[in-house]
Amino acid sequence: MTAPTERPRGGKHVVARTDEIPPGSRRIVELDGRQIGIFNIDGEYVAFLHRCPHMSGPLCEGAVIGLVESSGPGDVRLDESRKFLTCPLHGWEFDVHTGQSYFDPKRVKAKRFPVEVRSGADVAADAPAAAPGAPGTPEADTGAAPEADGRVPGPYTAETFEVVVEQDYVVVSTGRPRRK
Amino acid sequence: MTTALLENTTRTALWSGSVIDADVHANVPSLETLQKYQERVWVQWAQERGWAGPSGLKIAYPPNAPTTSRDEWRLDDGPPASDLGALQRHILDPWQVEKAVLNCYYAIDSLRHPDWAAALARSVNDWLVAEWLDRDPRLVGSLVVPARDPQAAADEIDRIGGHPGFKQVMLPVRSETLYGQRIWWPFFDAAVRNDLVVGMHWGGTPDGSPSTSGFPSWYVEEYAAETQVYAAQVISMIAEGVLRKFPELRISMLDCGFTWIPTWGWRMNKEWKGLRREIPWVDRPPMDLVREHFRFSVAPIDSGPPEHMAKIVEWLGTDDLLMFGTDYPHRHDDDIAEFLQVLPETMRANVMSETARRWYRL
Ligand code: FES
Repeated sequence: MTAPTERPRGGKHVVARTDEIPPGSRRIVELDGRQIGIFNIDGEYVAFLHRCPHMSGPLCEGAVIGLVESSGPGDVRLDESRKFLTCPLHGWEFDVHTGQSYFDPKRVKAKRFPVEVRSGADVAADAPAAAPGAPGTPEADTGAAPEADGRVPGPYTAETFEVVVEQDYVVVSTGRPRRK
Repeated sequence: MTTALLENTTRTALWSGSVIDADVHANVPSLETLQKYQERVWVQWAQERGWAGPSGLKIAYPPNAPTTSRDEWRLDDGPPASDLGALQRHILDPWQVEKAVLNCYYAIDSLRHPDWAAALARSVNDWLVAEWLDRDPRLVGSLVVPARDPQAAADEIDRIGGHPGFKQVMLPVRSETLYGQRIWWPFFDAAVRNDLVVGMHWGGTPDGSPSTSGFPSWYVEEYAAETQVYAAQVISMIAEGVLRKFPELRISMLDCGFTWIPTWGWRMNKEWKGLRREIPWVDRPPMDLVREHFRFSVAPIDSGPPEHMAKIVEWLGTDDLLMFGTDYPHRHDDDIAEFLQVLPETMRANVMSETARRWYRL
């Protein structure tokens, strides 16, 4: 999949209704020409670039697992409050909250994107400029031009998606991560 | 110039610093020699049955195989390396050895009798103390154990391991179970409790095959394949968590070469990155644990072209992994002079003496 190179990246994308990504599930979408996996982990949404920082494996197809802890042989415990996304290619683990790898920790980090849940009213208020005539399938690239404020409409638009103001939507930001 | 023979050179021309030989052998001359260290019941037991000693010895070291002894070191009476005077003449004096770690492999593990094997181990250890360690202050030793019985082995370590002459306990590399398994923990516990290095040694039970897939047809196969058994034991000890359980454990790998370590380490590190949650007690890359808990004697060196060896030494990733050893009286035709040339300056003293000095606390 190639993205038009001249198109600037970044912005906020409505990717799904919250009930379309129930806990324990995921959805892989294309935003700005990049494939991004959105996971619902125990009710919390996280998003990763679908590309492993190790050797570009299909990261977002991997299992989400709890942390196995041990004080020594014979003692194995599962800490389900700490979750890791594992890459299907070589099994490396990435902390779902930081993208941190346990291997080459300085060099290798999985790219994450901020995700927020926004109300239908907010989404409807933000989206009207992109709404007319935008393609409506979730996997499609809208190819839309950025808004003046840098926001780019995602594949879900108010029109085709019929934003219902009573519902909540998953919104992924693909803008540059803010520096602390 | 080979590992053990100072042909055409002098020891100080080769290396002007101190030398610690991490692997010389003492062989039991005969079962009769041990009798004065044995309880009468076992002497009578052997005499009545005409039993002349454990069979596994000839399996591990075929008497006439060239690798079993250099021709110039064969003795008129008794097996090679069965005489202290010969060891002094052949190695300790010409090499100006400061300390040598004396290893006796008597194949006790080929004996199935639980009490006789333990008694035989006791007699070998008492013989080692009386006739070798007490008679040359340059020698420190390795005790032998009945290695089919980890608890009996631990008992023997506790009986004699506190003797100041013993710095190591021998474990034959070939065994029916991998040494990482929990049945072995009492053994490792005793080794650590007595501050002894565990020396992984060539040979083992006749049931423990010399390759990881059974019994080869030819000695050449056996000789080349046994290194893989060492690798399997290292993997087992790491994966099963022995090093986590016994963080003080020191293991010497004797007689297995070392050129395979870096590439095996790459593989093991790679697999650990993907599978480490299977063995969560292994909290570091396995190769880090090798560098911390294992040392290797340099006989055999398995050297190829010097430029290749230089790469391999670099890949070891530490100056502190290798220990000089002649493996007297066994025959290895490695070129120690060339090897010293290949080693970085910072590594030579470590290899020739300092690593062994620290490791064995000499
Ligand atoms: S590509 Fe993902 S772990 Fe190697």
